[in-house]
Amino acid sequence: MSNARVPGLEPQSAISAEIATIATAAAHTGGDAARPRLDYPPYRSCRLRHPTKDLHHADPETIERSAPCFGEWDVDPLEADLTIGHAGEPLGERITVTGRVVDGGGRPVRRQLVEIWQANAGGRYAHKRDQHPAPLDPNFTGAGRCLTDDDGHYRFTTVKPGPYPWRNHHNAWRPAHIHFSLFGTDFTQRLVTQMYFPGDPLFALDPIYQAITDPKARERLVATYDHDLTTPEWATGYRWDIVLTGSTPTYFEPEGADL
Amino acid sequence: MTLAPTPGQTVGPFFHGGLPYDGDRDLVPPGSAGAVLLHGRVLDGAGEPIPDALVEIWQPRPDGSVPQEPGSIRRDGWTFTGFGRASTGRDGRYAFSTLAPGATEPGRPAFWAVTVFARGLLDRMFTRAYLPGPDVDTDPFLVSLPARRRRTLLAAADARGYRFDVRLQGEGETVFLRFAGK
Repeated sequence: MSNARVPGLEPQSAISAEIATIATAAAHTGGDAARPRLDYPPYRSCRLRHPTKDLHHADPETIERSAPCFGEWDVDPLEADLTIGHAGEPLGERITVTGRVVDGGGRPVRRQLVEIWQANAGGRYAHKRDQHPAPLDPNFTGAGRCLTDDDGHYRFTTVKPGPYPWRNHHNAWRPAHIHFSLFGTDFTQRLVTQMYFPGDPLFALDPIYQAITDPKARERLVATYDHDLTTPEWATGYRWDIVLTGSTPTYFEPEGADL
Repeated sequence: MTLAPTPGQTVGPFFHGGLPYDGDRDLVPPGSAGAVLLHGRVLDGAGEPIPDALVEIWQPRPDGSVPQEPGSIRRDGWTFTGFGRASTGRDGRYAFSTLAPGATEPGRPAFWAVTVFARGLLDRMFTRAYLPGPDVDTDPFLVSLPARRRRTLLAAADARGYRFDVRLQGEGETVFLRFAGK
């Protein structure tokens, strides 16, 4: 493959310089650096898609203080295993991904829906718009769902996704990630995010990950390798806990309160 | 104790393999008794349609009660769960077959709670699609908005139901919400 630059696409060095400039400014101005900036020019796709007006403060109304309810009628436990349902085993590193979904007070989000989607081990999505010339895997679709248990735990079996190229700039590569969609106990806790893998060399180069300008906040998107979760002769284990705050009251509930 | 929140990230371009499902946009069977069409377009700052956006709604029943029943993913055709999800088409249009929401408190305007996701949108956006009616003129939240901005939250009645466009940026930019406690 040629390394010649595609016309119109800027080099990584230009994107990295923009990322560095914004990070330096953010370190001085503060603000809500724990959420991604909606206007983050290094992520070129956001140019016409970010709201320019301040978000308007609203007190959640009755419907927003509740959330959709999902149950065993909706979700088959087999949907939590992305490696089954095809004729053979998918290629790649089999992994277990598990963690706990809690609210800002540390209370478990019980019996709630978790959905994931991801690229295969070669970094290719089973999606018509993904033209990355990596192989599709006939034994991997890359989508799963489960319900959290009574203590807020979720658990998936899948394969480790590969990094993949995209056209944000020349030689742009996304760090390997799994997309997560989460519901809380309140509508206001709705979250769609991405889980990353520890030590990815692409973190510093990626304008989506770096759009969260607080380093501690973006590190909360990185799973931990957990050897106790690794199953001998079977799968390595990653742990990733999720905190949904939304409009949940932040006062401390007394011990033993009926929650 | 307050734990630090997990930050959001864009839904990206490839969510179609993970989030849509059969019946996602049909909270009630199209054409069934009381069914209304809630539809509109998701537009960018140049007024162009966004073909890779996802809209979710969460709503009370017509009597104002809040559903707490499973069945949003596997619809049985009889249970109103209050939740729906619709990806936009090439023309930026989304559509739901649903029921008109009722007021959860007397005298308060009824609305669909709406969440918007898109490639290029780094975090999910919350908004509301209010049913037209006299209560929208007295609602403390709505009257706190300048009239020009308030209009972006009002669904417009049409022959089959209601139309609600979402403009992510620019002229007529939709009012997006930050909830107390965040």
